[in-house]
Amino acid sequence: MKFLHEYRQRQDIERAARVIAKITTRPWTIMEVCGGQTHAIVKYGLQQFLPSAITLVHGPGCPVCVTPLEIIDQAIAIASRSDVIFCSFGDMLRVPGSAHDLLTVKARGGDVRMVYSPLHALAIARQNPQRKVVFFAVGFETTGPANAMAAFLAREQGLRNFSLLVSQFLVPPAIAAISGATDSQVDGYLAAGHVCAVTGFESYNVLADNFKVPIVVTGFEPLDILQGILMVVRQLERGEYLVQNQYARAVARTGNQRAQDMLRQVFEVTSQTWRGVGEIPASGLRLRAPFSALDARQLFAGERSSPCDTSGCISGEIMQGRKKPIECPHFGQRCQPQHPLGAPMVSSEGPCAAYYRYRTRVITSDAINNQTNTSANNLANTSAHEY
Amino acid sequence: MNIDCPLPVDTEETIRLGHGSGGELSQKLFRDYIHPYIKNPWLDRLHDSACLPFAGGRLAFTTDSFVVSPLFFPGGNIGELAVYGTVNDLAMSGARPMYLSCSLVLEEGLPLKTLARVMASMGRAAAQSGVQLVTGDTKVVERGKGDGLYINTAGVGVLEHERAIEPGAICAGDRILLSGDIGRHGMAVMASREGLAFDTPLQSDCAPLHGPVHDLLEAGIRVHCLRDLTRGGLATALVELARARGASFVLQESAVPICASVEGACELLGLDPFYVANEGRFVVFVAPEDEPAALDILHRHTVSAASRTIGQVTAVGRPDVVLTNVLGCERLLDLLPGEQLPRIC
Repeated sequence: MKFLHEYRQRQDIERAARVIAKITTRPWTIMEVCGGQTHAIVKYGLQQFLPSAITLVHGPGCPVCVTPLEIIDQAIAIASRSDVIFCSFGDMLRVPGSAHDLLTVKARGGDVRMVYSPLHALAIARQNPQRKVVFFAVGFETTGPANAMAAFLAREQGLRNFSLLVSQFLVPPAIAAISGATDSQVDGYLAAGHVCAVTGFESYNVLADNFKVPIVVTGFEPLDILQGILMVVRQLERGEYLVQNQYARAVARTGNQRAQDMLRQVFEVTSQTWRGVGEIPASGLRLRAPFSALDARQLFAGERSSPCDTSGCISGEIMQGRKKPIECPHFGQRCQPQHPLGAPMVSSEGPCAAYYRYRTRVITSDAINNQTNTSANNLANTSAHEY
Repeated sequence: MNIDCPLPVDTEETIRLGHGSGGELSQKLFRDYIHPYIKNPWLDRLHDSACLPFAGGRLAFTTDSFVVSPLFFPGGNIGELAVYGTVNDLAMSGARPMYLSCSLVLEEGLPLKTLARVMASMGRAAAQSGVQLVTGDTKVVERGKGDGLYINTAGVGVLEHERAIEPGAICAGDRILLSGDIGRHGMAVMASREGLAFDTPLQSDCAPLHGPVHDLLEAGIRVHCLRDLTRGGLATALVELARARGASFVLQESAVPICASVEGACELLGLDPFYVANEGRFVVFVAPEDEPAALDILHRHTVSAASRTIGQVTAVGRPDVVLTNVLGCERLLDLLPGEQLPRIC
């Protein structure tokens, strides 16, 4: 298939890896920002092609994982109402709130529907004028334009029974927060290609300048990622910190102007809480005043609760690249896809789900490197699921 | 460690959609809530059909229910599924399918024309499969208490040989053959249900499989086990067999055919084609010496013309399925916790 198989050829991967090994003279830590990249790295075992001096750490780019518990609890409370049809992308349905998840609400009789597009939720609202239809508008800059379009059309069509529970995040402020942390170990970034397909990458120049880090806009296939790493390492070895575009087949410097226009028309930038990380200024989106009648957070303000996260999930540490999933004491033990303690074990972009799903029969090099860690020892002793 | 922390999913004591996915929740449902109450030697074999002693010979007996939505989808409909599904379950135990029952649960408001279309399809499918629909039942439920039409079929077949074709017969060294590309049915139904349009239309692979199985057995191929790939896809079927036998399988990812339209749709939605449903594909475990002859026979049938070897049984005693990917890395295949859910972006 075009744009897939030609980026999965072993000889090309090995060639890129050889160049990386040749030019690497000292240890570097590189963060892949997007959960989709994390899955590709683990699925294809890309770390094994890299020199040991290169450490890859995972970033905050899983929208399911960073949605705050408070919003998930509010979603569960809204979905539990008998007068509501609650529409969500599939990923969100299994994410545990303080007590349970949206699939549990559905099993108990709530009208929870999985949709593939916010426009599908809009159609459900048109078909059910007597019910309140709420769409869980979660995501980064990638989902924002379609969510904005749904809000725009709902207002234009005068739909009074449609609203959005918005949990939209912006990536560059998160990179700034991670780079600005005093204990940041990250030397360079692989920026998320699909985010930049919407936004372009000119706004990343400020980040590269301010924090003296190379940022390479990178795709999601194995060769994309190796090429992205090569471009970052080359800059690091030269002492450069530029924004470069590895994913030129999909990303233009200025992005998708129509999508950006739609975003600006419907949303405005606001402070946002990232689950496990905390509040990051100007890192989220909320509906602008003309669209406030569509804001489910306000319409169902009475459904807010005090979130209670006693799960033990260390998603914040993992999403900021400070720990790897196998360093979590619960990974593969109390926390498995069948009973996740947190979103990173649920989402198809979650790093813990990636490590669990693509685990190998032999103990990984990561586990060997962390053998003093309780989790790694537990994993090594697990007979049914050896890593 | 806070061991009192509530585990959000596992503590629920109600049926969830995931219990019907064929994955880990389905296994747990069977293991904890069904099997303990009806244990017997035939059920314990965990095969598609029960092979029962009868009048000096053996009968295969099976049942299945069909709850697909929409009722009509590209490449098939619920009526064909109901016949082929049960015919295939019988074939997978090495039996010649003979007689089927048909129990209909009809929802108030279902157009009679729709019922007639479904029944006509069932009649054609039965004729194509060489079986007779010999008994049945109808029930009607109130509007809103069904998806228009549910069908249950049971089937009886005859075992015309002495061999035990079941998970317990799988041996180290066996070759694992796959009868064609995977994921067509699941993606066709999903695309039809959700109104997803792809450049290349997706067609279900819904088909009867008794023909190639019959010829394999007639030719004396040492078939150790057969399994049709239904809900849960190739990965789920193989993990179940590995667990049932206590055997280790190694697969080559590049050897598993996936058509471009299924691959593209899965990439777009973030789904793994190894876990997407099929209705006209099966795997065959054969002795290594018989691999070329078995492939030759399979290639003569339209439904299995694209058969190929995808892996082998490496050891008995260690129940796992290892997939070697295109870059030479290995990963374990496992049962999914529930339904596959499309990703956000």
